[in-house]
Parts: sequence; structure tokens; C-alpha cells
Amino acid sequence: MMDESTELSVSITQIVQRLKGTHLHSQLEKQAKECLHKPEIKLETLKDDVRRVLKASGWERKLQNAVYRELHVLPPPGHPRAPPEHTKEPLAYMLKAQASWEKRILKSLNSMCTELGIPLARKRPVMEQKELTNKWNEMGTDEPDLSNFRPVYAPKDFLEVLIGLRNPNTERSDDLTVKSHWGLIQVSLNVHDIPQMRETYAELGLSYGQLGIDDHTHVPPDLFESEHIHIGKKVVSEQDSAAAQQYSRQGCPTGLRAQLWSLILNTTNDPEDITHYEQLKARVIHHNLLVDNLIYKDVKLTASNDDYYFVFEDYLYQVLLCFSRDTAVLEHFNYNSASPPKSSIQSKSGSEQCAVVYPPNGVIPFHGFSMYVAPLCFLYNEPSKLYSVFREMYIRYFFRLHSISSHPSGIVSLCLQFERLLQAHLPQLFYHLREIGAQPLRIAFKWIVRAFSGYLSTDQLLLLWDRILGYNSLEIVAVLATAVFAFRAENLMEVTSLASAEAVLADLSTLKVMPLLQIFLFATSI
Amino acid sequence: MSKNKQTTGHKAAHSSQRKKEVEARSCIRYRCGLTNTIQDVLNHRPGWVEVKDDAEWDFNWCDVGWLRENFDHSYMEEHVRICHFRNHYELTRKNLMVKNLKRYRKTLEREVGRLEAAKCDFFPRTFELPSEYHIFVEEFKKSPGNTWIMKPVARSQGKGIFLFRKLKDIIDWRKDGSRSEEQKDEAQVESYVAQRYIENPYLIAGRKFDLRVYVLVTSYIPLKAWLYRDGFARFSNTRFSLSSIDDQYVHLTNVAVQKTAPDYDPEKGCKWQMQQLRWYLTAKHGFETVQTLFKEIDNVFIRSLLSVQKTIINDKHCFELYGYDILLDQDLKPWLIEVNASPSLTASSQEDYDLKYRLLEDTLHIVDMEGRLTGKEKRIGGFDLMWNDGPVYTDVGLEALGSSCLVANTHLGCVNDREKQLQQLLKPFPGQKKT
Repeated sequence: MMDESTELSVSITQIVQRLKGTHLHSQLEKQAKECLHKPEIKLETLKDDVRRVLKASGWERKLQNAVYRELHVLPPPGHPRAPPEHTKEPLAYMLKAQASWEKRILKSLNSMCTELGIPLARKRPVMEQKELTNKWNEMGTDEPDLSNFRPVYAPKDFLEVLIGLRNPNTERSDDLTVKSHWGLIQVSLNVHDIPQMRETYAELGLSYGQLGIDDHTHVPPDLFESEHIHIGKKVVSEQDSAAAQQYSRQGCPTGLRAQLWSLILNTTNDPEDITHYEQLKARVIHHNLLVDNLIYKDVKLTASNDDYYFVFEDYLYQVLLCFSRDTAVLEHFNYNSASPPKSSIQSKSGSEQCAVVYPPNGVIPFHGFSMYVAPLCFLYNEPSKLYSVFREMYIRYFFRLHSISSHPSGIVSLCLQFERLLQAHLPQLFYHLREIGAQPLRIAFKWIVRAFSGYLSTDQLLLLWDRILGYNSLEIVAVLATAVFAFRAENLMEVTSLASAEAVLADLSTLKVMPLLQIFLFATSI
Repeated sequence: MSKNKQTTGHKAAHSSQRKKEVEARSCIRYRCGLTNTIQDVLNHRPGWVEVKDDAEWDFNWCDVGWLRENFDHSYMEEHVRICHFRNHYELTRKNLMVKNLKRYRKTLEREVGRLEAAKCDFFPRTFELPSEYHIFVEEFKKSPGNTWIMKPVARSQGKGIFLFRKLKDIIDWRKDGSRSEEQKDEAQVESYVAQRYIENPYLIAGRKFDLRVYVLVTSYIPLKAWLYRDGFARFSNTRFSLSSIDDQYVHLTNVAVQKTAPDYDPEKGCKWQMQQLRWYLTAKHGFETVQTLFKEIDNVFIRSLLSVQKTIINDKHCFELYGYDILLDQDLKPWLIEVNASPSLTASSQEDYDLKYRLLEDTLHIVDMEGRLTGKEKRIGGFDLMWNDGPVYTDVGLEALGSSCLVANTHLGCVNDREKQLQQLLKPFPGQKKT
């Protein structure tokens, strides 16, 4: 293992490398050059003076935010001799399972493509391009015939794969003992228990104010809310990314959330970002991809039928179609256990087959994918801004919900944590549900995969996502899933079938997430 | 029906008065002319019994037709209540509302000043046709290229409405041979209003919407009005654009019209709860802007009611639940589109049913046939007292605020924790055990 100082210098080198040549870099250079004209800059103390000016004008803060952002997506430095796969996923069996799952998905996609006789990609004729440009803001009015398309996979297919995961190094005894794990996930990963989480999530504790609890109508605003909003305004005016992240742990006020999230994710809406988005839009106009139909179908089946999100149908197309074509997303595969699917196409001369990444961003959408975007439509309505925020959230968090890895925020860990927490703190309930053939994960899985989007009411969902951003982890999703079961435990003890258990947990729209989390984390006896 | 001796308590003048009226009846006889949500609400209310035909009633939820035919011939005892004012159409017929508002505005300008009168500028320029045809044409010519909307004065649910930009269009329409004889006759009998169409509505994700808000008036002199916290935003099913003014589906947001649009999907709700809308606007524009917007919306209700205060025949037997249609423009200015005296109580979904059920239940609480209230309440269930012969403010601790920080008592689009509030407020029904 490297010692701390070496690790640090490696990280610094990596970050410098990544920031070199970015727009921010050129802006900083430009700013530095411009301030040379200022009278207070002296040649003798050039370096310090320039630094001072950059600090005062807010540019140092911007650099700080950019570095902070890189720290988020930088994978932990590994052993110098470890192969790049190790960065993606250190456990070989997980990597293998992910690879074979990917093979299956791609096979399914290819066979759909062959069956329907539709190419994976096709250049649009000029007429069609013109039509699409005119209809860009109302693609939802299009009613293409999607009956032949089916989603490439649904969360429950993925669950089956996770259930089948086995670590070849552990000895499996076939006898079930009291100590064994009752749930469906049969691999052992290090997940946190309540005492550990009480430390990590200290700000959710009973002695701290929370939005989602202490902004309730019966609580006078002077006790917490007014002060919290005041601090929020300061954080926004300071444009401090790290402060925003810390602040978000206690919830973001509705009126400030859009700016705060944007700060935390360090997304800007510079001309550069707008240009990038326009380029992606141009790609959508020029080429039709098979996955576009999958996107259409997904939006029509999920978001369009949702009471809250139906309004944003058009935005969803505008974001997801562009997302599919964004090759910048490929970068995240460095730290994602998944690899971008490759499809072979005939080269122009027709003589060779070469492999290209398909879709261009390497992400094949599944049933419910559009729900990652839908809640964000409440916060951002300029498509390029909405796009930047979604993309950053995807490459930091959402991708972990549908790739097999050992990461603590990965879907496997989350499912395991849910089951372990339930077994440890609600053993009677877990046992009962098992006995009636209603394994809890079968019900909770869909919530976890979507980070509860579409299941909670929007304001509650965003309070939950505030904490995902604030703690830079999806762990809270697993905890909430357990807390929901705890909340409805009484009713669940009465049911006698999987179907009735599903019915008890079908409607989460009235739940208040923060009290549930707080009670579960801090009021459960251990 | 036997009349029991009523018990007097040591209560405020209002409640002992009401109690006298109520006479601690063992049951309340109601008549109901409608077969939707209101039927269920009345049916489920403990101690209320339906009567039909010519039987005597204590409470009548009637339609306006019945009112027109029977009100003048009915004798009502003191305690009896009916759900309409005799001449509600002063507020709800588009031409009369406009006339009353214009007159009220003039009075304000004369008596108070221009600034005060400007607070009435929440209705688009409107002219009654055919009587005001010439001044309409003058106004029309002043701003060529603007879109106008033609609405029949007395019809509802979006019937008979169309948009136009050229005078030629309405001249053609009057002569339109394709309309049936019946329609032509109707057109000759009824008047229309021509109104400036709001060309820059506030759009959410490219879609136009309007707001349906519920206001309950229990008296005009003095004016006492309650505002319901719930309501909804009705979205147009298609994206807004001025290029196709013939597509009435785009421009009209009435659910009734949307239902006939070719791509209408009944499974798809095209409504948002008011809380959802308020929350969305707050996320977009910040708390203070939205606070100001809702204050301006309150102003629309209050001014429109004040404008007909002296025209409506006040009658203590009457109360009325109005459905206000409000449109927001891109500058977040609210515009009054219409006031309905018989807002639809038919539910389009379970959520809608629940909203209307609660609304009607709380309406009946306020009408208070059972005599359970003191008369001093500022909030009953989901209703907040908005105007009581003057503005109403919340009971906020004055030490926390300076005297300039009086907060209005309205909470449109805010949390509606009515059950809790009702539990604390109301005594159980006579004969019911307290839980």
C-alpha cells in the first residue's frame, strides 16, 4: 500500500491532469493575464498578487469547486501494479458476473434488432431531420408505433441475476442456521450497521434541525427553518461547492434547491455547456438510434402515466435522446464495473467488422430509466441545464444502481444492507414474510433501483436526494427501504401472501421520509 | 318531525343564535338535486336524512334551474339553508361580472384613486356583444394582430368558445350557414363576450394550464368569504402555440373539453394538485415571489366579490361555493377568467373525488346546520377565513413581528391538515360518542 503522502501526490497529479485543458483552465489563464494590467500587481510579488486577485474575484473558489468535483469522481488510488479492471471493480467474480449480464443484455438488444429488421443506427433523411427539428419541443405528441418494442430488461430480471451471485471463495454450507442470512443476496459484503450509521449520518440526528421535519406547519420557523434558509442563501452567494454539500445534509429549501444542487454537482450553464448540448441535439437530429425507441417506450410507460411527471414528457425526450449520444459519459466506465457494450458494424468498405460502442454513451436504458430524470424537471427547465445536472448525477450515483459491483453505494451492497438491517431489527417481520413467500427484497428492489423515484411524492423524494448528495452515498436509500417496512410492520404482520404484502406497500405517496429515517436510525434500540 | 326544546348554553351571541335556529333537531332533512359527490357527502353525514318531492327540508343543495323556478315561491324558516344566492349570475355570467367589475373600478378610481382602482385590473379587456360592438371594434382596431376569444355568456364546459384575430372571422361566424337552425336561434337569444386573449400564459413544460380555486361565501352584507386550501391546475393536453388558434384543444383547459381531444387519455391525469403547483413555482421562482403571487390571487377573489356586494340580494339563508378559474401569465400575474356558481362536483379520478369530498364536507361544517361553531373561527378544516367585513390576518405572535408584518390568513396550495384541525375544533355530532 502506498503511504498517505504518495497517495496524495498521485491524486493531485491526476486532478491536475484532468483539469488541464478544460474550459476552466483557459478562463483562469485569461483572468490571470488580464489582471496583469492592474496597478496593484507588482513584479516582485507577482505570484502572490495574482493569487490574491483571483481569490477576491471568486476564481479561486471556482477552481476549488472544480477540484472538489474531481475528488468525487476520482477512483481511489489503487496499487501501482493493479490492472485498470481493478479500479472498475476489485472483486473478480463481480466483474465476471457484470460482464456476463452485459452479454445477455446486448444479445437481447441485437435479437430485437434482427427480429424487427431495424438497424441499430440509421441516418435520417433530410425531410425527417427537418420534421424533428420543428417538433423538438413537443416530441411527446409523436405517436410512433412502439408495440413491437419491449424494454431490454426490467428491474426484476436484474434482481434474479443479483440473487444468483456467488463468491467462489466462500464455502457454502447448505444448512440454514440461525446465524445465516435470510435474504436473497448470498454474497458477503461489508455494509454498515446502525451504530456506524449514527456516526456517519450524525446530522440526521434528533438534536439537529431538518428540512422535512422541522419545517412542518406546527413548528415555528424561528426554531430552525428561517435560520437554515438564511444560511442557504449565504452558501449560494459564496458559491462554495463543499459548503453546499455539507448544508444539503439537513435538506435544501425548495426555493434554493436548484442552485444548491448545481453547486454541489459543480454544473455550470456556460456557453461551453450550451454548445455541447446543442451538438448532442444535432446528433439526435441526424441519426436515429434503435435505443431511441426504447426511450420513447419507457417514457410513455412510466413518466407519462405519473400524476406528477406527465407534464415533463417532452423534457425527458430532450434529455434522454441527447444522453444516449454523449460520448463524454464513456469516461465514467473507468470506475464503473460495467463496460460499454460494443456492437460490430461493417466498415465502409464492407470488408471488415469493427466494434463500436453502442449506444454512443454506453448506457442501454431499461424499464424505468426515465424516472432518474423526471424529478429533476421540477428544478430545471432550460434543457441544457437540466441535462448537465442529470448527467452529473448519473455518473456519480445512478449508474451504481444497475451495475454489479462491490462498491458500498452499489446495488448489491444496498440490497444486502436492506436485508441485514431488516433481519437485525425486525426479525419477526422478516421471518413472517419469508414464511409466506414474500421475500422483502422482492418488494423493495424496485424502490432501491430507482432511488424511490416515482414511489414517493416529489417533495419527499427531493428531500431524500438532498441527503444522497449531502452524504455522497446511496446508502440512505437502503435505510429508507428498511424504515418503510418498519413503519408498516403491523399491517405486514397480518398479511398471508406476497400479493397482499405488495398491496400494503403499494402506495408510498403519503410517507414523510425524514421522520422515518430519523426514527429508524436514532430511535431503534440496538 | 317533532321539534325538541333546545338547550341554551353560555356561549357567544352567534352560537346561541345559531342554536336557536338549529333547535337541536334529531335529524336534518336535506334535498339534493345532484347525483355526484355531494350526494355521498350528504348521505354520510350523521343525522342527515334525505327528503324528496314536496317534503319540507332544512337544507337544499339545488341546481340553478331549480333555484330560478322555486326560490321566489319558497318560504324558508330561519334555520334553513340553500346553496345559491338568488341572483348569483351577477358574478357568474361573464357579461354581468365584467359590467359589475368595471363599475366597481370606476367607483374606486373616483373615491380612492387610480392606484387603488388598478388593483382591479385582473380581467382582460372584455366587451359584451352585440350591445358593445362598436366600442369593441374601436379597441380591436387599436391593437391589430392581437388574438381575441369569443365566449357565450351563459354556457359552461367550454361550449361555443372560439378564438379569432380578424374582424372578418366574427362577421363570418354570425352569418355562418353551416350552423344548425337551432344554434342560430340560440345565438340570437344569448349574448357573447369578446375578450382579449392572454397570449403569454405561464407555461409549464410548454403546456398551458389554469387554476381552479374554491371560495365559499356565507354572506355578502357583511361580506364573509372563505378560501379553500386545495384546488388544482388543469393542463391542456397539447403544447401551447399561437399558430393554430382553431385547435380549441390547445387553448381551452376545461377538463370537459380535454376529454374530447383525440389524444386524450383518461388514464393520464391532466391535473396537478394546488400544492404541487405552488411547490413547483416556489422551486422555480423562490419563496417571496410566490408569496406575492398568491397575495395577488387573493386580491382577485376579494375585489370580484366586493364588486357585486351591493348587487347581490343578500339573504341569510344563502351560501354559495364558487369555482374560480384563474390564469397566470408569464410575468406571474393572475387573471380572472371566470367564476362558476356550480363548479363541477363530478370526480375525474379517485384523487379528484377525495378533494371534492373534503371540500363539500368542510362546506357543510361551515354552514353549520348542527350549531357547533362559535362564529369566531378563522379556520375550519381546509377553509381559511379570507374576508370578514375586512381583511383577516393569522394569529401570529405579534412580538415576533412588527405591526407592518400582518400576515394574511389564506393558505392556498399549502398543507391541508384538516382532519387534525377539525378534531380539535368540532364537538362530535349530537348523538355521537367522542372518540
